[in-house]
Amino acid sequence: MSASARSGFGGVLRRDLLLGARQRSELANPIIFYVIVIALLVLAVGADAAVLDRLAPPVIWIAALLASTLSLDQVFHQDFADGSLEQLLLSHHPLAVLVAAKIAAHWLLYGVPMMLTALLVTGMLRLPDSALATLLATLLLGTPVFSLIGAVLAALTVGLRGSGLLLPLLILPLYVPLLIFSVGAVEDAARGLPVAGELYLIASVLALSICVMPIAAAAALRARLS
Amino acid sequence: MFTFLHKYGSPQHFYRLSRGLAPWFGGASALLFAAGLYGALLLSPPDYQQGEGVRIIYVHVPSAWMSLMVYVIMAAAGGVGLIWKVKVADAFARASAPLGAAFTFLALATGSLWGKPMWGTWWVWDARLTSELILLFLYLGYMALQTAIEDRRTAARAGAVLALVGLVNIPIIHFSVLWWSTLHQGPTLRPFAPPAIHMSMLVPLMVMAVAFMLYFAAVVLVRTRNELLELERNSNWARELAAEEAAR
Repeated sequence: MSASARSGFGGVLRRDLLLGARQRSELANPIIFYVIVIALLVLAVGADAAVLDRLAPPVIWIAALLASTLSLDQVFHQDFADGSLEQLLLSHHPLAVLVAAKIAAHWLLYGVPMMLTALLVTGMLRLPDSALATLLATLLLGTPVFSLIGAVLAALTVGLRGSGLLLPLLILPLYVPLLIFSVGAVEDAARGLPVAGELYLIASVLALSICVMPIAAAAALRARLS
Repeated sequence: MFTFLHKYGSPQHFYRLSRGLAPWFGGASALLFAAGLYGALLLSPPDYQQGEGVRIIYVHVPSAWMSLMVYVIMAAAGGVGLIWKVKVADAFARASAPLGAAFTFLALATGSLWGKPMWGTWWVWDARLTSELILLFLYLGYMALQTAIEDRRTAARAGAVLALVGLVNIPIIHFSVLWWSTLHQGPTLRPFAPPAIHMSMLVPLMVMAVAFMLYFAAVVLVRTRNELLELERNSNWARELAAEEAAR
């Protein structure tokens, strides 16, 4: 990355983090939603110890999927509404770099708090201690992929009427591989099986997404706005 | 390459070309459907395990093949439209999506009709069934995005990005679900291996597959022409064409 592109990346990242820090209640909403979904799932299925043991990994992951989908609408929405998105498009920095900064900011603002909340929730869900490290590893590798893939679709649906429902519709099918690998890894860890293979797979999905998705998101923004 | 795109990529030229081609594809498809169905329902033998129930293969397998092929074609057309800004490719991608969704639905429906007598259940959460279901969601998402964006040009480019991202994901989805324990049989036909199916069944299956492809070709050309007419309704050639048709 050249020095000029790096300054563009840093500028957008700093701006988005600052904006996020000034709107704390909006930051909290997905986290609260996350905890509510988990509570509802547990209430609906029943809090038997035997059931909870099976339930903890999928519940944590499904709730994380839904909560991050809700927060994704925010990636471009405000900038689109106040016009600063068009300024980003006109900037002399490569758009993919600026979009990558926005994605990184989204992950820091929503993905990281969600991981920390998950840490809290695992105690309530009686997840075995042996699986805790694996769960954190899958979330650490998986939540950036949420932000990366999600940014493409958020860019495609920005400013559309009914985008609130369209975005989850488009995005959830694309999360399937991540869900399968991650839940599989956590379940294997809970049974004491090796999980390196699954973690490498999730890491490769992350590597692929880092390379492809910022470019795709930039193309999507250009397609929607020019 | 570029002169080719320039010539055949013009909506007017494509319209006339496809008007000539579509009936031929449709006719050939009808003939092959008749021959394939005759072979499938009457000539080919019943399976030694599955009895007459095996005959659903002649619809199920071609539609499953088509569901994937149409997605690849749609994403490729979207990519051409995105990169070289070819209007015809955009219209083509938009016209293919509902057809692909229909093939996917047909594959799922015939599969579950087949599954009931053979596996004893309409549906299992098996790898192939699940990835085919997700493919259906990808098609429906593409179509939802197309209807949500009113401007055709924007809708086509947004759809192309979505289709290409989905294209990257299809093999990943396929392999991720493949590693679940699976009930669906493995592929019978591989590119570089002798077929594991008897000639008396392979021939009608192939005839049906080609008939499905020609059906797709015919219908997608007609649908693309409609898209182009709507897109170009204010241009001279479309008006002349309308006047020509009206005078006839």
